[in-house]
Amino acid sequence: MTRIRLFDHLVLLLGVFIMVAPVVVAFMTSTHEAADIHRNGLSLTWGGHFTETYDKVLTRKGGFTGEITGARMIWNSLILGVGFAAGKIILSMLAAYAIVYFRFRLGTLFFWMIFTTLLLPLEVRIVPSYEVMNKLALTNTYTGLIVPLLASATGTFFFRQFFKSVPEELLEAARIDGAGPVKFFIDVLVPLSRTMIAAIFIIMFVYGWNQYLWPTLMTTDERFFTLVRGIKQILLVWVGSNIPDYNEAFALAILAMLPPVMIVLIFQRWFIKGLTESDK
Amino acid sequence: MKRVQFSSPFLPYLFIAPQMAIIFVFFYWPSVQAIQSSFFLEDPFGFGSTFVGLSNYSDALGSVQYQAIARFTVVFTALVTFLSLGIGVLLAVKADTVLKGSATYKTLLIWVYAIAPPVAGLMGMMFFDQHIGPLVKFAALFGWDMKVGLNYYDTAFAMIAVSVWKQIPYNFIFILSGLQSIPVSVREAAAIDCRSGFRRFWTMTLPLLAPTAFFLLIINMTYALFDTFGVIDVMVKDKAANNPITLVYKVYMDGFRGNDLGGSSAQSVILMIVVFVLTIFQFRFIERRVHYN
Repeated sequence: MTRIRLFDHLVLLLGVFIMVAPVVVAFMTSTHEAADIHRNGLSLTWGGHFTETYDKVLTRKGGFTGEITGARMIWNSLILGVGFAAGKIILSMLAAYAIVYFRFRLGTLFFWMIFTTLLLPLEVRIVPSYEVMNKLALTNTYTGLIVPLLASATGTFFFRQFFKSVPEELLEAARIDGAGPVKFFIDVLVPLSRTMIAAIFIIMFVYGWNQYLWPTLMTTDERFFTLVRGIKQILLVWVGSNIPDYNEAFALAILAMLPPVMIVLIFQRWFIKGLTESDK
Repeated sequence: MKRVQFSSPFLPYLFIAPQMAIIFVFFYWPSVQAIQSSFFLEDPFGFGSTFVGLSNYSDALGSVQYQAIARFTVVFTALVTFLSLGIGVLLAVKADTVLKGSATYKTLLIWVYAIAPPVAGLMGMMFFDQHIGPLVKFAALFGWDMKVGLNYYDTAFAMIAVSVWKQIPYNFIFILSGLQSIPVSVREAAAIDCRSGFRRFWTMTLPLLAPTAFFLLIINMTYALFDTFGVIDVMVKDKAANNPITLVYKVYMDGFRGNDLGGSSAQSVILMIVVFVLTIFQFRFIERRVHYN
């Protein structure tokens, strides 16, 4: 028995090593100087240049127009992450409420129209989506960055599922007490959904923060670059140079993963709940 | 739906309106436009377009380059799906067996989920870098002269490695929560009936996990088809020339770099059909799962 357990632990430790080591190496290497990395390769030890590199990455104005800093990109990523998550929750709660709690003529049709959006991810309609955004003059705006990403049904289905599991008696009781649809929604359903909202918020924030393709298309103005979108630009500048700024690239990668990783780690339980229940 | 419902002439429309408006403008309009422009040949200078029927489709499907990319996409998708699912199942089964440290392993194994594909791609670029990459040095020990970015197969290898790495946590989370939902009584009964842990896995655990595994299969396929865009974009750095790319990346290249709107739209529609079939498949299956649970 003990030998088998030992083997199990070995497999798990190897798995942990493969998943964790690259990020540890990336972080440690980011604290070295570029020339040092160029000479000695990646590093597992502390390089002592943490403050300089991260300060430079966060505050130095870079890019082609010299208007964008790392801090600005983090701010944009936050706007995208929070805006997307909040928008998604509001839209999908309202829509799910209408679908589950109301009998109305076009209800079924609307349900199927929302359902259809699950069939076609954004990636297969990028060019026409871009054209539409151009016509609406929404390129290089926060609206253009956030709102089109909301056009999918994942959240709606999640809340629909949840609302359906809410006991019927609650509505009956509320009606006896004379509560109308709006009051019932705000005073009963929203408080009941608190955990669900938190779980969905975490998933959607990570999803929004990590968006790459859409921000790449929508933002050509560097002031609107998100951190994840800016990474490509960093690489492009980097290709021509003599000693690439490995340290800065690693530092940006670490900064780009820090907020979503922290959220997943801190709210692990909600995160897993949201993930395993929303994708059903 | 509920037995008791509200009825109101305008409230439900008010509630559902924001979602419908966004779906109409940002989903239906572009989708219809994709289908429409796939039948037209757009003048590159913007002087109108000509109806060309299905020729955009036959151009795409008939081109040797497109076929090569389609073949790569199939191999890439199969490998990424198989490897990330396989490793995910292995780790989840082990994390479920060990009594000590299960929670710690879980925490350490899931957080890579939160790393964006292009960020993973950037890290991959460094680890496979010609000068500083430890993985290149490691491969050299076995006489493998790895040239990521120059050699087609080496680049493909690096892309697959990064994509799998990024996806393992997702599969791990789902399989582990599937495993933990198997009732203790069932586990104990199986443990009494069958001493061999491996056989128990095949005859008891795997069939019970089948719905989750099937769901993950589809999810992983869509991940490999679409979400790896960031990994590929960062790793080939716009120089697709002799590097492997997937079909989605080609849609992007033709539409935005090549300005071939009709061709790109036709490819979009082909991909739509692929996803459509995959999703229908998935929903039919999930319906079954709900039914049996």
